[in-house]
Amino acid sequence: MESKGKQSLLQAGNKLNRFLRKNASGQKMTRSQRGRAKSWMFLTPSIAGVLLFFGLPFCVVIYYSLVNNPVQHIFVGFHNFIRVWNNGAFQLAAGNTLKFSFVAVPLAVILSLFLAVVMESRIPFKSQFRTFFLSPMMVPIASVVLIWQVLFHYNGLVNEVLMAFGHDKIDWLKSNQAQVVIVILFLWKNLGYNMILFMAALSSVPKDILEVARLESASESQIFWKIKLRYLSSTILFVTIMSLINSFKVFREVYLLTGDYPYDSLYMLQHFMNNTFQSLDYQKLSAAAIIMSLVIIVLVGIMFLAEDRFGRDVEE
Amino acid sequence: MWRNGRNAGEYRECIIERAPENRWLDEAEEVRRLHDPAVQEQISPPLSEKEQKKDSRRYRQLVSASHRKRRVEKIQIGIGTVVCAFFAILFLMPIILTITNSFMSSSEISADYGAVFQTTSTGGKVYIAKTVTLKFIPDIVSFSQYFTVLLKSPQYLLKFWNSVIYVVPIVGFQLFVAALASYGFARYRGKVKDIIFFIYVIVMLMPYQVTLVPNFLVSSWLGILNTRWAIWLPGIFSPFAVFLLTKFIRRIPASVIEASEIDGAGEWQIFSQICMPLCKGGIISIAILIFIDYWNMVEQPLILLTDDQLHPLSVFLSKINAGEISLAFAVAVIYMVPPLLVFLYGEEYLVEGITYQGGIKG
Repeated sequence: MESKGKQSLLQAGNKLNRFLRKNASGQKMTRSQRGRAKSWMFLTPSIAGVLLFFGLPFCVVIYYSLVNNPVQHIFVGFHNFIRVWNNGAFQLAAGNTLKFSFVAVPLAVILSLFLAVVMESRIPFKSQFRTFFLSPMMVPIASVVLIWQVLFHYNGLVNEVLMAFGHDKIDWLKSNQAQVVIVILFLWKNLGYNMILFMAALSSVPKDILEVARLESASESQIFWKIKLRYLSSTILFVTIMSLINSFKVFREVYLLTGDYPYDSLYMLQHFMNNTFQSLDYQKLSAAAIIMSLVIIVLVGIMFLAEDRFGRDVEE
Repeated sequence: MWRNGRNAGEYRECIIERAPENRWLDEAEEVRRLHDPAVQEQISPPLSEKEQKKDSRRYRQLVSASHRKRRVEKIQIGIGTVVCAFFAILFLMPIILTITNSFMSSSEISADYGAVFQTTSTGGKVYIAKTVTLKFIPDIVSFSQYFTVLLKSPQYLLKFWNSVIYVVPIVGFQLFVAALASYGFARYRGKVKDIIFFIYVIVMLMPYQVTLVPNFLVSSWLGILNTRWAIWLPGIFSPFAVFLLTKFIRRIPASVIEASEIDGAGEWQIFSQICMPLCKGGIISIAILIFIDYWNMVEQPLILLTDDQLHPLSVFLSKINAGEISLAFAVAVIYMVPPLLVFLYGEEYLVEGITYQGGIKG
């Protein structure tokens, strides 16, 4: 049995080889044709894996989102989507995630751009500062969450500082201010990454243009707003969208800080998904996943279009 | 002059041939004549008092302007440094606090932070403070936490080992699969390939909320749910490394590859002996990025693994219960040591990798 299988496999291999050497008319392939075919062979393992783990199951997800349940397979149209859309937990989670993104993303972009500009000037200890700013990116969130809990505890350091300024204590993790904590944690983690992107973009602003501007006695602020920002525009867009996508992933921080059942204002989309996973409601899960993927696809589409436009604009 | 003097050796860099029309300056006599006050007066007659005053005023103005400029610049640099230092302190504080606190003895921790973690298993003997006192430096430096974690309670090391066991194969095999695929994408570009690449980018950007649903379905279909394979396989085929490495390979000049083609190298040889060595830096930076990503993972194990024994340390740390809170800091430090070591080794590579991520298109 086994040898037979092996033989057929060998035959298939030979066939493939022959196919690769000759095209349909039986003539030898040119070198570039053969190379082209071979380059597809390089791609096969990855494409097979992506198809198996992301592509095909995603089709199943689309299918599940349109039927009433995985056993009966009765087509119900957009019923599942409407069900998810009207679900209170989903609305809460989506609202919280949006609120979070709305605050965290602009802050992440502006602060990191500010840091990058400061780092561009001739300050000492540049490389050390860069190391410091990048280090939060490397440190696992799980490791620092303990300190975060201590800092933002009701009797913790942050509240003591607030008290010193004559402000009332805030129960950070169990009130509507909880999002502030997460925003700070998000910024802490992501600023370094964004800053590196901006620094790379700043250093690629053509030197001769800056020199000309200085000769024409343009002030530094004019140079920044009129020239550098122009060259940074595509990077700003990229950083904005990457931050937006990263802000959807902020569940990790929330989970590690507060566990499965956080305060209402911290209930994120991933919490909703986790709870739905536990109830194994495939339709709801699929519909929610598709809604979210549509959001991401729209964002990526915007990024592609804009990069085309801005990119062409800046190149000569 | 210097040219023939005994210091000629030291000042070799300064020797410049005079231009032929200025040769006469080399004549010492001539130079001395020029320095003579009488001759100088002839060349540039003395200024009148008014002119002198005007001149010196202008000179002073220039000097003070340049001083002001330099002062402003200095202040700017000072402010920049202070801002950076401020942020650096904010950024480093949680890390440093975690490290210093890991050297506290367990009684000190429960006295200081007991309130945070609402100890339930107090047994009435441990004193729990109502207030939380954050300490930068422990009262007594002790290694008791590390001692307990490393020698007495094996479950932490087991979870640490779990983390390692997940991350190492994922980094290795994802890089291998991605190296092949990215070569395939970068060579012989065509419309179909570009569309597939675009799909890869979209899959890469999807948050876990989306990708975990397909992963879950496939894992339950393959029957690998709740085994290590459920983490390994989607990790290995994750499109992230493909995306980034393709960008690196596309930067290789076409002439290099053409030259090797003319020399008779086959596709495999071009891949393994030209492209991969040229992308070494890129591969290292991608490896670092994958490593951080999976060392940090929380979402995947939460959903794909129901068995606590299989969880990596990141998930386990969040479930640490009150009785063991004194160990938590030491475990946290142990957990962040590998990524920090990787960081210290490969900061430049990491920066390069991030830079290449800028701009989604290849």
